[in-house]
Amino acid sequence: MVKYITKYLDCVNPLSLQEYMDKGGFAGLYNVLASQPKQVVDIVIKAGLTGRGGACFPTGRKWEAVSQQLDSQKYVICNADEGEPGTFKDKKLLQNCPFQILEGMVISAYAVGATRGIIYVRGEYSQEAELLKEASCILRKANLLGNCILQTKFSFDIEVYTGAGAYICGEETALLESIEGKRGIPRLKPPFPGEVGLWGHPTLINNVETLCNVPLIFELGAEKYLNYGSKAYPGTKLISLSGAVTNPGIYEVPFGAPLSEIIFSLGKISNKEVIKFVQLGGLSGACFSPNRIDEIYMEPNLLREIGLTLGSGAVYVASNEVDIKHYLNAAMHFFMHESCGRCAPCREGSRHIAAITKSMKEGKITAKEQADLDIISQVMKDTAACGLGQTATTSLRSLMELFSEEFVEVVEA
Amino acid sequence: MNYDDKNKVMIGDKGQHLLEALILAQHDSGDNSLSEGKLEDISGQLDIPLSRVLEVTTFYSLLSTTPRGHNIIQLCDSPICITSGKHNITELFEEALGIQVGETTPDGMFTLEQTSCIGACDVSPAALINGVAIGNLDKSKIDAILCKYREEAENDG
Repeated sequence: MVKYITKYLDCVNPLSLQEYMDKGGFAGLYNVLASQPKQVVDIVIKAGLTGRGGACFPTGRKWEAVSQQLDSQKYVICNADEGEPGTFKDKKLLQNCPFQILEGMVISAYAVGATRGIIYVRGEYSQEAELLKEASCILRKANLLGNCILQTKFSFDIEVYTGAGAYICGEETALLESIEGKRGIPRLKPPFPGEVGLWGHPTLINNVETLCNVPLIFELGAEKYLNYGSKAYPGTKLISLSGAVTNPGIYEVPFGAPLSEIIFSLGKISNKEVIKFVQLGGLSGACFSPNRIDEIYMEPNLLREIGLTLGSGAVYVASNEVDIKHYLNAAMHFFMHESCGRCAPCREGSRHIAAITKSMKEGKITAKEQADLDIISQVMKDTAACGLGQTATTSLRSLMELFSEEFVEVVEA
Repeated sequence: MNYDDKNKVMIGDKGQHLLEALILAQHDSGDNSLSEGKLEDISGQLDIPLSRVLEVTTFYSLLSTTPRGHNIIQLCDSPICITSGKHNITELFEEALGIQVGETTPDGMFTLEQTSCIGACDVSPAALINGVAIGNLDKSKIDAILCKYREEAENDG
């Protein structure tokens, strides 16, 4: 475990600007304002920062695309709509490091030429949204936000928007729709938000954790940042560890860290025998046997090769006492509830699947229903319009493969 | 009430105020819900068709068009919370309140609901009570919480 982007997590008062600055806060912004925006973008590219929301897209390339747009009105948005079940890292950052997030946003706005920023916080995190509002007031008074920041020609301000309970709004284009006061239904891509975003203007959208990396890159410099993590993925990742471990919580590990270290050393669990399965990347990630823990390293490339995803960095350790059918039914109910309803494969598919997993939980399904599960989940994976529908049945497929004997029992002869 | 937030000065259409107006109106409604009259009010003030106000209201889980109790208890129904702990916290709440999920107590004090993951998986099973996450729920903790709210209501007369 390392203390890099989490160095502010143990600040006594999250709203003490002095405390934040004593630990190195805003040193990065001073460095940024002394450089040209293009240099700032280049440093982020050089540091190899990737998106921490789940897609792992190179952040610097995203910034570059927005910075090259000629529109005089651009927006930067912080995606704080953390909703992937099993994930709670952004919540901890929102609660403890509001200045770090805001500093990251100010730097990103300077780099791409935006004058307005929005933090979109999920409705369930209403307390965290209030804290961010207070934090931005404090920065405005200190001239770190608002007109002519630190006596430069750069002006930028941030507003806090809250959602009202919709998992899909974590998808960046659904999030834009929600800010515009519409139902959170994902837009077709392309055009990407970097070209046509909020109210049609170029918009840069970054995850909370991604933005928390930004001030540190400019405080330490790109070279030093490259010391952390692996070659392909520099830096660290926050892991949300939950389930049958003695010490659940948030852990910061370098990319490439062994999963065994996270589960056994940090989570403090004595042996594999108590684990039924492990799920990586949240509820839309795959489940696998505890026997595979030793061969897994937390790096997107390596995980992809073995059919897994790092996603939001959630690690759920299911105990032997977890009833698979109960778990699966709750998971499929979740996706049914959260499907936005636009495309048929996800809207109809998630309903059929949830109905079958409910029967499964209650005892019996027919052979036809079992076959339907296979077909529908494959169709959803191949044809759903956005990531929600495409990944909704990942856990279903992986659990049915892993515990095939348990599932055979529920099928009527 | 004026829903036009003076702090919001961005260019865009009036839609940018809609979600916030709905959240605020529900918060100030007294019965934690958005009545038809309230929605018409917002539609008029923001100059947004009522049909759009309705479609937005019914899309988001935290907005309700049916009156609810004074305190909203939202149990996390994510698989992690559902399968954690020795007891079924939904049943414990239902027993303690004498109502089922989706219902309001006859005295109008509590409404019991379910919600998607609330990011409290490290302290599962968890629930949001009036927007505040409370974790590691068990029978004694649930009883203590409900007792606290009932006492507060009595003291308020």
